[in-house]
Amino acid sequence: MKAIQIIKNGIIKENPTFVLMLGMCPTLATTSSAINGLSMGLATMVVLICTNVVISCLKSITPDKVRIPVFIVVIAAFVTILQMTIRAYLPAIDKALGLFIPLIVVNCIILGRAEAFASKHTPLASLFDGIGIGLGFTLALTLLGMVRELLGAGSLFGYTIISEQYNILLFVLAPGAFITLGYLIALVRKITER
Amino acid sequence: MKQLIVSLSPHAHGNDSVERNMYGVIIALIPALLVSFVYFGIGSIVVCLSSVIACVFFEWFIAKYVMGRQTCSILDGSAALTGLLLGMNLPSNLPIWIVIIGALFAIGVAKMTFGGLGNNIFNPALVGRCVLLVAFPAQMTSWPQPGQLWQYTDAVTGATPLSIMKQAIQTGDAAVLDQLPDAFHLLLGNHSIGGGAGTIGEICGLALLLGLAFMLWRRIITWHIPVSIIATVFLFSTVMHIINPIYADPTTVILSGGLLLGAIFMATDYVTSPMTARGQLVYGVCIGLLTIVIRNWGSYPEGMSFAILIMNAFTPLINNYMKPKRFGEEIKK
Amino acid sequence: MVLVLTGVAIIMSIVLASVNHITSEPIALQQQKALADGIKAVMQADDICVSRTDTVQQTDDSGKPQLFLVYQNELGAAVESTTNGFGGKLRVLVGFNNQGKILGYTILEHAETPGLGAKVTEWFQSGQKSSIIGLSPAKPLTVSKDGGTIDAITASTITSRAFLLAVNNAYRAYKTMSIDGETAATPQTKDKKE
Repeated sequence: MKAIQIIKNGIIKENPTFVLMLGMCPTLATTSSAINGLSMGLATMVVLICTNVVISCLKSITPDKVRIPVFIVVIAAFVTILQMTIRAYLPAIDKALGLFIPLIVVNCIILGRAEAFASKHTPLASLFDGIGIGLGFTLALTLLGMVRELLGAGSLFGYTIISEQYNILLFVLAPGAFITLGYLIALVRKITER
Repeated sequence: MKQLIVSLSPHAHGNDSVERNMYGVIIALIPALLVSFVYFGIGSIVVCLSSVIACVFFEWFIAKYVMGRQTCSILDGSAALTGLLLGMNLPSNLPIWIVIIGALFAIGVAKMTFGGLGNNIFNPALVGRCVLLVAFPAQMTSWPQPGQLWQYTDAVTGATPLSIMKQAIQTGDAAVLDQLPDAFHLLLGNHSIGGGAGTIGEICGLALLLGLAFMLWRRIITWHIPVSIIATVFLFSTVMHIINPIYADPTTVILSGGLLLGAIFMATDYVTSPMTARGQLVYGVCIGLLTIVIRNWGSYPEGMSFAILIMNAFTPLINNYMKPKRFGEEIKK
Repeated sequence: MVLVLTGVAIIMSIVLASVNHITSEPIALQQQKALADGIKAVMQADDICVSRTDTVQQTDDSGKPQLFLVYQNELGAAVESTTNGFGGKLRVLVGFNNQGKILGYTILEHAETPGLGAKVTEWFQSGQKSSIIGLSPAKPLTVSKDGGTIDAITASTITSRAFLLAVNNAYRAYKTMSIDGETAATPQTKDKKE
């Protein structure tokens, strides 16, 4: 019961993109297509689950004074592992996301969940929190990527829907990311406030 | 018999109102509009009309169904004016569906999202234009040659004075500037000699100056913003022209592109420009400087719209630092 | 406190080292495969073998030294050339046959605007209106705006110029290479591998 609640909390009540507004850099930069948004979301989710569990296990032996350095070391290690794995086995994703994978290290969501959740809860609860927040982030990024790809490139997950001449280029570029994100946040708030 | 109204002071009002000013600006735009019909024919009529209709429709639709407002704000003329200005900032061969997207961004994103008239930070018509410029760069950078009255989207395109200037700067060859129409033709808009393409509204300098004279006479705007922009551009481009002749001479710089249209009709928008005279001068000088910087060294040939939008963002700051002194206030050292 | 931090760091470095050990071979393989695929694509041949790899250093018009990688093979050579595009580095691999005609090209890396400059990946390929395949840059290729014969990408003259410059530079590097190869005098080149 509690596990479902924690996951639901991560997706809806504390959605990292639409409610907490954390990790805006990868949100805006990598969502030029639905696939890119989805892969970035999944990559972050993998790191988030691993770090949440490890940090939760370490919480009893970590002195308060050095907890942030310990978090950073753990997060950086997992991100580097992920980066090397992607580069070795998924070169297409490495080409599309390239620079942004190492930047997961400084993603506020991961450090934020380590500090706010994993260091205070059991490893199992932290695992579910990682899944919930990760799913929330992935959903938000995929949604943003879908809107931008549909309007800007006329396709969804690479399948062309709208002819190229009707593409609104703005949405694939940075300003389109800001505009789309703003309206999506407004929409989500409107729906959840009801 | 008139109803007796009990209200707080002041009791004596001027006849100033939103409607009076908005329709005044629209009247001031009429000469430029008529000239554009003569030069661009059917295309300019289609683009301007669809832009106005789309803007008014979006204003009504969003106010009524999205924001749920009871009062209807489309009759105050502000949406129609935004539509007209947006249309006059577009090439006359733009397909209607692109114009409608521009109107949606102008009214929907730049104006109504912020709360409607009086609350917008950026000039709606310019936001619409810049969004279209970024979204459809191919369509928004091909300008039909004037004089093709019956061609719409299939009109033959030509070089604008600004693209010629940009080419001169990029190639470093001052001889390219010989293709520019002379100042007399730029002022009158007789561009049959070539090199004089442009947006619907910017084609005739004289018609725009007529509009300025009308607005100054009716006291719709004050002289501060247009004069400070034009004077700054004149000074800056004179200096650049003297340093290196690959930069065009100041008269041509002022009469080409959207500079007059922007300085007279766009930068003077009440909502997005500073309130005090001193603030307006600062605002105008900065727009002038930015315009020339973008025109000479930026990647786009025209910098007027970007310059105005950038300074729109600074307007609250200017208002904050250029407050008029309160009566009786002591000057603190 | 120090103990925990050191312990975490040591454990994480051991994990990282082992992951690095596992993935280093696949990563190298992926990179080789990407290069081999690129060379095959630009030489328009399914089976090709690089006989010699050279690094050529040349100065461009502005006097800056530039590095070119020349992969010689039985059909001619594939040359890797880098210029600055509109958004950043534009890395092009161009294939030349023995007469110096362009066999094909591929973009290895670019940061051009999606929908505009990014069209460079298809714009100059064979079958397109402004194809450069089969042409010889003996007389440097230029866009029609600069008095040349190649139509620039719509609204992306800067990208087109950068691309053609990369091709022209690659051709020059290839020419000096093949002359040097014949006379066996290599004043400007130094062998890198093989």
